[in-house]
Amino acid sequence: MTHPNLHGGRPGDGCTGACCLKISDLSVTIGESTILHDVNLHLHCGEICALIGPNGAGKSTLFRAILGQIPHGGSITFELAGGTHIGPRIGYVPQTPTFGPGDPVSVFDLFSVSVSRYPVFLPTPKALRHRVEHCLERVHGEALIDKRVGALSGGELQRVLLAMALEPLPRILILDEPMSGVDIEGMKLLMDMLDDIRSHYDLSILISTHDFSMLERYADKVLLLKHTVLRSGPPDVVLSSPEFNAAFHLNEGRGPVS
Amino acid sequence: MNLWYTLVSVLPFSWAEPGAMLFMKNALLAVIVISPLYGLMSTMVVTSRMSFFSDALGHSAFTGIAIGTLCGLIDPLWAAVPLAAVIAILFTVVRRRSNMASDTIIGVFSSAMVALGIFIATMGGQSFTKFNSLLIGDILSIAPKQIALLAVILLLVVLVWLGAYNRILLASVYPVLADSRDFHTFRYDALFSVAVAVVVTVSMTWVGLLVINSLLVLPAAAARCVSRNVRQYHLSSVLYSLVCGIAGLLTSYYIGSSAGACITLFLAVVFILSFCLRRKRQ
Repeated sequence: MTHPNLHGGRPGDGCTGACCLKISDLSVTIGESTILHDVNLHLHCGEICALIGPNGAGKSTLFRAILGQIPHGGSITFELAGGTHIGPRIGYVPQTPTFGPGDPVSVFDLFSVSVSRYPVFLPTPKALRHRVEHCLERVHGEALIDKRVGALSGGELQRVLLAMALEPLPRILILDEPMSGVDIEGMKLLMDMLDDIRSHYDLSILISTHDFSMLERYADKVLLLKHTVLRSGPPDVVLSSPEFNAAFHLNEGRGPVS
Repeated sequence: MNLWYTLVSVLPFSWAEPGAMLFMKNALLAVIVISPLYGLMSTMVVTSRMSFFSDALGHSAFTGIAIGTLCGLIDPLWAAVPLAAVIAILFTVVRRRSNMASDTIIGVFSSAMVALGIFIATMGGQSFTKFNSLLIGDILSIAPKQIALLAVILLLVVLVWLGAYNRILLASVYPVLADSRDFHTFRYDALFSVAVAVVVTVSMTWVGLLVINSLLVLPAAAARCVSRNVRQYHLSSVLYSLVCGIAGLLTSYYIGSSAGACITLFLAVVFILSFCLRRKRQ
């Protein structure tokens, strides 16, 4: 299931030689409790990696560690194809935030305050509007530009937030449970879009989800997380593993102590 | 000021005649300076749900003036402005550090500050009467020097708005994204809070503690009803604020009631009209 990588390296032997995100022995401790320990992950450009695990398993915490928002042990590095280490730009789509339903903030307003310093309350320059339109086209959302953010449906909001995360174009795209609050049709639309994005732009996608039906079709790699990586690999292997059954069905609550 | 007096003398009012009623002309200029300021800040106060925060700041401004008077300062504002700024920053810190709802934290700050203010003002059996003017405010007593101070503050707020409004807005409506881009949400939250603190404190003497909050809430509350984006929102909020400010001042002149109260009543009427007229927004 490895996606043909975009740099001509050899696929399938652990590291393809393409640019990659390496997480080694990551741990996060908040106060007295260990949220994550011994997390290892190796993700290449063009890959979609799905993060699954019960609520409270530390999925969002892992994302925040990658984003550099919380202190962590271990290392998170990003390597370009030649082996150069850089601090990668990360696009982040958080768990659907709520916007005030009555706020007079349009999609254009929200977008332009995140990409530009041109005061949004002044008349809009044409170039900026074109730029935002262009970004929204990536998610087939150009028609939403003048809608108020508070009036968007769950799926529409999701797409707008995705477009915002893609501008400026990141190396790594992180989506935190993008499927919640989106219907099946919207889910398929979103996953097709992500599939399209990873093959058009050179980026890796990390996505957390509780929806397993999409994994076999779209994910290259699945990571079963519960404070540490219980199992990782291709979707079919992880979904049929005893660890998966244990985490979700059989011995709920008897996993590693939190 | 002479330029302004000449300009205003073309108006068809009895008080506008050359050489007469300078206090009214000063007050009109003050209103013209101060209203856009309120209109601008109002949009953000309402969007970041800080309506009662500005009220609490009014209380701490009162306390600051009481402290300033106690210390024998000629202009107690020198004590009140820093105190309000400190309170604003403290509030921002507490709001971020705790998981209490904003309104609870505001309640704590507000009641503590006003109690401290009354405590200081009445210490040793003093009469509270000398502070009464702060509650109602008196725009007619404003002097050209103080108008200049308001103009400087307006200029500063416009500069802050031009330079930082985008970030302030993003930090307020979508903090998660702002954080993920290292936009220093705390810095912008604090900047805005301090700006509100300074504006409230400086203008309280002329507008009055009891109604100042309404001037920071009503323009944007009315503007929200009829706007679909940030541009319309700003335009209508500033316009409402300016029109009601001038109308309120003139009304108070002819009727003889408090200017702050008249302005607020006009804004309330505009709010009711906007609310009824609000179109089905997309």
